Amino acid sequence: MHDESLFLQAFIYLAAAVVAVPISNRLGLGSVLGYLIAGVVIGPFGLRLVGQEGEDVMHFAEFGVVMLLFLVGLELQPSRLWRLRLPILGMGGLQVLATALLVAVLAIATGLAWPMALAVGLILAMSSTAIGLQSLDEKGLAKTEAGQSAFSVLLFQDIAVIPILAILPLLAYEKGVSTGHGPELNPWLQALMVIAIVTGIIIGGRFLMRPVFRVIAATRLREVFTAMALLLVIGIALAMQQVGLSPALGTFVAGVVLADNEYRHELEGDIAPFKGLLLGLFFLTVGASIDFRLLLERPWLILGLVLALVVAKLAVLLALGRGFGLPWSQTLLFAFALAQGGEFAFVLFSFAGKAKVLPDALTAVLVAVVAFSMLLTPLLLILNDRWLQPRFAVPAEERQADGIDTSDSPVIIAGFGRFGQIVGRLLLANRCPITVLDHSPTQIDLLRRFGWKVFYGDAGRLDLLEAAGAAQARLLVVAVDDPEKALEIVALAHKHFPALAILARAQDRRHAYALIRQGVSVIRRETFGSALEMGIDALKLLGIRAHRAHRIAHTFRQHDEAALQEMARLEGDDAVVIARSRQLTQDLEQLLQSDGDNTAADNDQAWDVAARQGLSQG
Amino acid sequence: MDTPKRILVLFAHPALHKSWVNRRLIRALGDLEGVTLHDLYEAYPSFHIDVKREQALLLAHDVILFQHPFYWYSSPAILKEWQDLVLEHGFAYGAGGTALEGKTFLSAITTGGQQQAYCRSGANRFAIRELMAPFEQTARLCGMDYLPPFVIHGTHLLREAGQIDPYVRAYRLLLMGLRDGTLRWDGLGEDDYLYHNLERVLPPSPVADHA
Repeated sequence: MHDESLFLQAFIYLAAAVVAVPISNRLGLGSVLGYLIAGVVIGPFGLRLVGQEGEDVMHFAEFGVVMLLFLVGLELQPSRLWRLRLPILGMGGLQVLATALLVAVLAIATGLAWPMALAVGLILAMSSTAIGLQSLDEKGLAKTEAGQSAFSVLLFQDIAVIPILAILPLLAYEKGVSTGHGPELNPWLQALMVIAIVTGIIIGGRFLMRPVFRVIAATRLREVFTAMALLLVIGIALAMQQVGLSPALGTFVAGVVLADNEYRHELEGDIAPFKGLLLGLFFLTVGASIDFRLLLERPWLILGLVLALVVAKLAVLLALGRGFGLPWSQTLLFAFALAQGGEFAFVLFSFAGKAKVLPDALTAVLVAVVAFSMLLTPLLLILNDRWLQPRFAVPAEERQADGIDTSDSPVIIAGFGRFGQIVGRLLLANRCPITVLDHSPTQIDLLRRFGWKVFYGDAGRLDLLEAAGAAQARLLVVAVDDPEKALEIVALAHKHFPALAILARAQDRRHAYALIRQGVSVIRRETFGSALEMGIDALKLLGIRAHRAHRIAHTFRQHDEAALQEMARLEGDDAVVIARSRQLTQDLEQLLQSDGDNTAADNDQAWDVAARQGLSQG
Repeated sequence: MDTPKRILVLFAHPALHKSWVNRRLIRALGDLEGVTLHDLYEAYPSFHIDVKREQALLLAHDVILFQHPFYWYSSPAILKEWQDLVLEHGFAYGAGGTALEGKTFLSAITTGGQQQAYCRSGANRFAIRELMAPFEQTARLCGMDYLPPFVIHGTHLLREAGQIDPYVRAYRLLLMGLRDGTLRWDGLGEDDYLYHNLERVLPPSPVADHA
């Protein structure tokens, strides 16, 4: 049956990933190289487990890049995108132009006609978004200057695909061949549709999605939300393909539009695993599609071309990095991350083949060259890490601190009801930015109306905590209503973000014990503080002077909190616990009473003593 | 040589984030062996001083040093509260109050005003040593040896790190000298105080300084 072969294929791909990636990670090579090597191993030149269908799978897997761009968009508020306009247009534009010209000149030098040389140059100017961004992200370098620059260049390339697709048919050596790419449309009509769809994405994202998300979130069915998120991404990708635009670009725009949305973290958490799997699949298929036969037949030609491509791209990128004022260490990282052919090259080469721009023999060689250059990237990055970066170690550290984006807030507050709000307001009043997670849609609505930045989501989910920036944050305030949930979040955070300091709201004594046993450093019982305040009020109304009442309450608090810590660690049956608890209460009473008595006596004595010795302290 | 003395620095500054000089002084103490820095405003943000703990700290040290800015001719409020609560009858003075006897006491203070302001013709009319009389008498009543104060004047004018460096160095030398028992007090007059006269106190061969 058809299903069976599908399952078998899925099994092979998944097994390859599960075996190869951990090994590669353990060896410090990163996941991308692991996937690529696994692809080679299961491919036609390895174990021959997969083969002919590779092309189709690759097209499917390219959807991972679309999701990647959606997620990148989600991280990028419009204001930040605007701030990046100079690197996008300047660096990106110059990179594409300079690389295209350099490669074209080299191609002409090897005897290619200029239209072919130009087509090759334009296509090879593309770098791999999947490899570049994934590698940087994995090393935690996405938000450094190099990471931002690499992203800018890749984004420009995504945009540049559209005009390149338009220019390529003009370079054909046989005129009058239909390209067969996308539906043939009247250019005016097409332009109109592009504008309509992009406007639709922006308006829909701004105004329509919020109520839709709210309705879906209110069902409290997580899979429906996931389905909605996938539907959104796939829908946009389809619409973009209809008008001949890059789906990645469309979902990127959608991501940017939704970056301010309160459901952003939830969307991120839902899409991220799909993106990861599809990108992995994409790398696997790239590995499997590498034509080793061609390499065996003409090894020097292929290797020479790979080397020439990588060196040419490196030269342009290094010049750009320095030209735009990046320090050397960042320039190197930026250049090595992007010195490869991109996944768009595969699309564009097949398009160029059909449009009779390039002969098939040439595209076969170049596709292999691009694939090899991708294989080379993780190795180049390792080379950069191990050999080149240590030379810049000190300046690199200083610069990196500059480059890290400060938009990530140092405090995450989980649960923004009666309790969390007060914590959050105090922090905000002191200009400390906070990220808030809450799982009640109505609550979020209300808070949004008051101008709060609140995100929908269940903080008990690892992916969501990650999306909220738990890896970079310093504090996690667990202020949710549900005591079980609080314990769950604490356990999760302890396990995955050991550096994160946790402040937890305890519902009652028992809950506080459980939190203490989990090793939470700061615990506040939710009613203890205000009840104590009221106790002070009562003492004052009974005639005790305010300062004394205040001090009594303070002593009470200290004693009670010490007892709480002790009781939490007390093993034994109820009888032991109750006995100890009674003892501690008695101790406290004695302490408070003796304190009151002694104060008066001391003062008398002090005066007496001073008088006796003929000294005055007054 | 004597066993090194243990020094307790009771530090009080309610707005440390605004005080350059005190921050630098505090930081210079951090790695000194035998010196315990006790930041009172940090330990007791609501002034609820733990008397038992404070008394235990006093017992465990030989030299008691108050470090604080000079507010209204005295210390910031928490240090007064500390004295009122910790220096109990029967502990620090009075019948059976011998816990502090034989220990050494001194103050390290910072003032905004210049030294010239602290004299009969100056804005403050009294010399620092006169204004510090309550501290001196407190120390004496507790049976402690009172040393002249270490004073840094004109902190408002100390803007550059380079201007503060000599004071920081001197403070470290003073504490090391106190710890190792190498200071000589005989050359110092009644009204003098430390820093400007530090060279008269320090041992002839300068102590190695790693500040």
